[in-house]
Amino acid sequence: MTHRHVVVVGAGPAGLAAAEAALGAGARVTLIDSADRPGGQYHRMLPEAYDAARPEVLQHGWQAFDRRRRRVLAHSRCAWWSETSVWALERPDPGHPGPPRVHVLRGPADGGGRRRTTLDPDALVLAVGAHDRVLPFPGWELPGVFTAGAAQALAKGERVVVGDRVVVAGTGPFLLPVAASLLEAGSQVLEVLEANTPRTVARGWSRRPWELAAQVGKGGELAEYTALLLRHRVPYRLGRTVIEARGDGRVEEAVTARLRADWSVVPGSEHTVAVDAVCVTHGFSPQLELPVAAGCALRTTPGGEFVAVDDDQATSCPGVYAAGEITGIAGAPAARAEGALAGWTAAGGHRGTAALRALRRSRDQGRAFAERLARAHPIGAAWPAWLRPETVVCRCEEADYASIRRAAADRASTATRVAKLETRAGLGPCQARVCGPTVAELNARLSDEPAGRPVEGLPAPVPHRRPIAQPIRLGELAAAPEPPFADPAPQTP
Amino acid sequence: MYGTRVAVLGAGIIGAACARELALAGLEVTVVERGAAASATTAHGEGNVLVSDKGPGPELELARISRALWPEVLARVAERSAHAAQAVEWEPKGGIVVATTDAGARELTRFAADQRAAGVRAEVMDADELAKAEPHVTREHTAALLYPEDAQVQPAGAAAALLGDALAAGARLRTGCEVLGAVTRGGRITAVRTSTGPVEADWFVDTAGPWAGELSARLGAPVDVRPRRGDVLVTTPLPPTVFHKVYDADYVGAVGSSAEDLQTSAVVESTRGGSVLIGSSRRRVGFDDRLRPEVLSAVAAKALRLFPTLAGVPVTRAYGGFRPYVPDHLPVIGADPRLEGLWHAGGHEGAGIGLSVGTGRLLRNLMLGEPAVMDATHFRVDRPAVLGEGAHLPVSEETA
Repeated sequence: MTHRHVVVVGAGPAGLAAAEAALGAGARVTLIDSADRPGGQYHRMLPEAYDAARPEVLQHGWQAFDRRRRRVLAHSRCAWWSETSVWALERPDPGHPGPPRVHVLRGPADGGGRRRTTLDPDALVLAVGAHDRVLPFPGWELPGVFTAGAAQALAKGERVVVGDRVVVAGTGPFLLPVAASLLEAGSQVLEVLEANTPRTVARGWSRRPWELAAQVGKGGELAEYTALLLRHRVPYRLGRTVIEARGDGRVEEAVTARLRADWSVVPGSEHTVAVDAVCVTHGFSPQLELPVAAGCALRTTPGGEFVAVDDDQATSCPGVYAAGEITGIAGAPAARAEGALAGWTAAGGHRGTAALRALRRSRDQGRAFAERLARAHPIGAAWPAWLRPETVVCRCEEADYASIRRAAADRASTATRVAKLETRAGLGPCQARVCGPTVAELNARLSDEPAGRPVEGLPAPVPHRRPIAQPIRLGELAAAPEPPFADPAPQTP
Repeated sequence: MYGTRVAVLGAGIIGAACARELALAGLEVTVVERGAAASATTAHGEGNVLVSDKGPGPELELARISRALWPEVLARVAERSAHAAQAVEWEPKGGIVVATTDAGARELTRFAADQRAAGVRAEVMDADELAKAEPHVTREHTAALLYPEDAQVQPAGAAAALLGDALAAGARLRTGCEVLGAVTRGGRITAVRTSTGPVEADWFVDTAGPWAGELSARLGAPVDVRPRRGDVLVTTPLPPTVFHKVYDADYVGAVGSSAEDLQTSAVVESTRGGSVLIGSSRRRVGFDDRLRPEVLSAVAAKALRLFPTLAGVPVTRAYGGFRPYVPDHLPVIGADPRLEGLWHAGGHEGAGIGLSVGTGRLLRNLMLGEPAVMDATHFRVDRPAVLGEGAHLPVSEETA
């Protein structure tokens, strides 16, 4: 029994595993998720109203997940805080090492009666996951163009069909489960387009993907998806993508084109397909606002920025651990291994335990997988050539490519924050979660300003800096929080 | 003066305004900036161009000169670039100050009378006039005053516009270039050593905002300018809800105070994008950039006292910045008597956006020996508040 209080943010595969391991090490756990039920994006549970008779048909590892979920939620030392958002992390004073104070709002986000409270845990595990990364292209703002994640959520979570004639495009193995979900939900998937060329994909994987993937339990899944596509006669094409969506008020046509290795379009290869939905994914962006708010150092990889962690999933910030997609996009098995390591260590569990070796091995295989994934499915440097001056880059604020270019070309307004205030790109409701990496990349390419020197008091202008991590109503903010409690009485779910 | 070389150290709005005036006057201007232009204090404020919050005195005089200059400056920016002028988001919307207590009403009425004597337009509003001008403001008020001269800009856009004029007039901008120290000869500064090599000039202007204390110490002529943190809340875009810059009568007291601990007062206004900006807080915590939920909470509570109907509006962002604070609350504008060739333009605390254009003009007057737009004696560098004990201490003293 360690008697430590561990707060776990995120109840997807990583967070649930972290909670379970922390409980196993004797800690008290508060498990927080903004959804009403655990599972995260991976095990998206159907709302009760739509309860499916057999959710396992669309779900991998459903039974294991279900057992773990029941074990964790029913545990006497676990408090399950569903529909709870962490809106801020407050770093302690210098010289007081420890995790930040966790500021939460409890209650449905669209309801009026959310309660504001705080937690002062002994350790904090961040397992908040990732969201789709989508590159802009002309027409991507049209209704009927979905992120693959949103399409899958609609298909899996609500059983809503996004369209009858759908093209799935982008890059990465996520294309396959998305296409599978759409097929299961009754859509006709016209084709699945992987933007990277066969050569890039093959070189990235080095070997046949399923052989490597089998080591982390992915191979079976991919094989099933592939079989499903074959059964439905859905073509899977490499080196091709959707470069434009057209339609009057909603998408009616997708223009696809063959791509070179750098994603430049092969002239004359354009092809127009009649569709009523397009689903796109270009990988995932980790949700970094909470790690950044906590003060965790990031590491830059070819696949983007992620939270830097050590062998025990500890971040650079004392008492803060990270697991799952925020440390690298490696899939659910790796996320579970990371979560278990993080939860165990956060709870103060003995670090020499034999079981940890297996977890570390599984985690390391996951990381190797993530690296190959990033290498096999990179984002080609020439994608901005798809853009036209009037192409919307930030959908929330309707900032177009021309405005981004103009701000970058004016030496007086190239600073990230100045350009953002001028173009308004990234200032809308999604707070740059969608366009942030895109705008940052475009700015870096378009402007030749030297990098700024670090300034005391001025944080680096990273796109994931969102001190207010979730919207909070003025009235909620004005109310005094219920007093912090370091040791919440466990609640039964 | 043609051929005189000036290095402006700091590309915030004060540096931009000084560079603009000096470049337009024909001087050879280089703007040296550690980070990127306008990215620090300038981009983290509300864009106040106010006369309403200043009592009679030299700061009010500079504010009135600046207020008169803004339309002229923007007209010239528009001649160069309509886009740059538009990005300034100039809104001469007027300010409304609302008191919610009897004591506050008495103080506000007295303050306004003094301002009127100094030439400021301050019009008493009755309950009906206030309700018409600001339909959502609290009915629980004890006095309200309209200041038609108050205006607002998008501060980063304003700084970019001023800097753009300077660059168009031949100024050069060196970003990512940090000043490390001074090269002096015979008691005169002849160059600054920077992270990207020496920059030589005849004159140097310290426009480093809240970092002016640190920069001036590096140059061997320290001034006591310290950071005073402020936080701003930004709501989701709303249909038109707040029409003026509306603030609580406590604000004037908070601006004028020197307290180290938290001071909050409500300042509420809409931006062109539809978001409502809500300030303000004042804390002297060094360069501590941590978000403090209790500060945001106090700001929100004050704002709801003015606009109770905003309680359900989501706050989607918050940002904080550091004002350049001088203990006697007056800017520092003029030559440094200790180091020939060094000038200062800074210490405007929360008023630098509005005061920038007047500051640039006054600095030019002083440098070129022109008739000055106002008597600059009050802003001189060799006054006790500026060369006081704080000037010799490391700037981080307050974080201890």
